[in-house]
Amino acid sequence: MDVLSHVPDPEIPVVSVVDLGIVRDVRENPPSVVITTTYSGCPATQVIQSDIRKALDDAAFADVKIEVALSPPWTSDWITEDGRKKLHDYGIAPPPKGIGAPGLKNAQAATCPRCGSIKTREISRFGSTPCKALWQCETCREPFDRFKCH
Amino acid sequence: MTANEAHFDYVLRLADDGLILSQRLGEWCGHAPALETDLSLTNIALDLIGQATLFLSYAGEMEGKGRDADKLAFHRDVTKYRNCLLVEQPNGDFGRTIARQFIFSTYQYALYQQLSSSTDRRLAEIAAKALKETTYHAELAAEWVVRLGDGTEESNRRLKDGFEWCWRFVEELFVTEPGDAALVSAGIAVDAAKLRPAFDAVLAATFAEATLPLPKFPRPVTGGRKGHHSEHLGHLLAEMQFLPRAYPDAVW
Ligand SMILES: [Zn+2]
Repeated sequence: MDVLSHVPDPEIPVVSVVDLGIVRDVRENPPSVVITTTYSGCPATQVIQSDIRKALDDAAFADVKIEVALSPPWTSDWITEDGRKKLHDYGIAPPPKGIGAPGLKNAQAATCPRCGSIKTREISRFGSTPCKALWQCETCREPFDRFKCH
Repeated sequence: MTANEAHFDYVLRLADDGLILSQRLGEWCGHAPALETDLSLTNIALDLIGQATLFLSYAGEMEGKGRDADKLAFHRDVTKYRNCLLVEQPNGDFGRTIARQFIFSTYQYALYQQLSSSTDRRLAEIAAKALKETTYHAELAAEWVVRLGDGTEESNRRLKDGFEWCWRFVEELFVTEPGDAALVSAGIAVDAAKLRPAFDAVLAATFAEATLPLPKFPRPVTGGRKGHHSEHLGHLLAEMQFLPRAYPDAVW
């Protein structure tokens, strides 16, 4: 797990694959790492697998299997507290916790990661990656990414 | 058709709907009316490709003839495709694309809701994951239906035209194929006809908010599930399959 916590997410390198909750389990017998994908079509999935493989190789864990699990489906609730802080400091509003997936229409306003204002509005439901939406702060006028609640 | 063949055919249908629609949506990349919509349509396409890959991989394993997702996507001829006719239709204008997306995502949302409790564990897992993505698609499409419908005279007219074009393909979404009965009673497949009330309810609510009249019923067209496609699918596949067929060993 320690090795994996240094593998950055290919699209948001400030957080690791462990911070994002992509690594689900590390098993000893037989040695294997269980990962999941955030979105079914996430283009980073293959890169993440090869990055994990490389990190394991570099740490001399040669015979570790990497399994991809579908269930239970990934949720943004699995992003660690540490990961949320890193996202915020990087300028990405972390997703609200415990809301669950559906009913996003009424999701609460994001907090601007720059000035802390909650007078913010959604500009685009879909952003630069599948996991982010585009928001704008009405107070400091800056646009920012919000990690989607999923 | 054996039970295994019917099962394989059912999974192909689930896969092909998403695969073909994602290819259509990809045509908007760089051409959508605004950056926001460009991102939305292509992100929906990406989700649908991901879902299709999961379904196709499963179909390939089930078939047991060594075909993986790529093989099934790129080396299957048009008559072997099992997608509904709605998703292969050309994009038309933005109004028609939104009409198609709203119809499809609303249907797919109802479908995945049921499929996520399938007795086929693999299908249930894929559906549970995909449902979260489709929630976004259905919401986004419904918001655009309201925005265009309750917008200007022209946006209302275009959206209405779009729905009228798409409406002939709606019936097919709720048709049960001959091989389905056994799959439905085994709890593997969803009884498509039973999805209709949920679909109609969302439709009625959204159309009321969008100040749109419910589309009139033109004669329905079906056949996609049996491989009887419109000419459009052949052209779409020619483009999609060209590279892997022309250069079979091509890698990134
Ligand atoms: Zn601000």
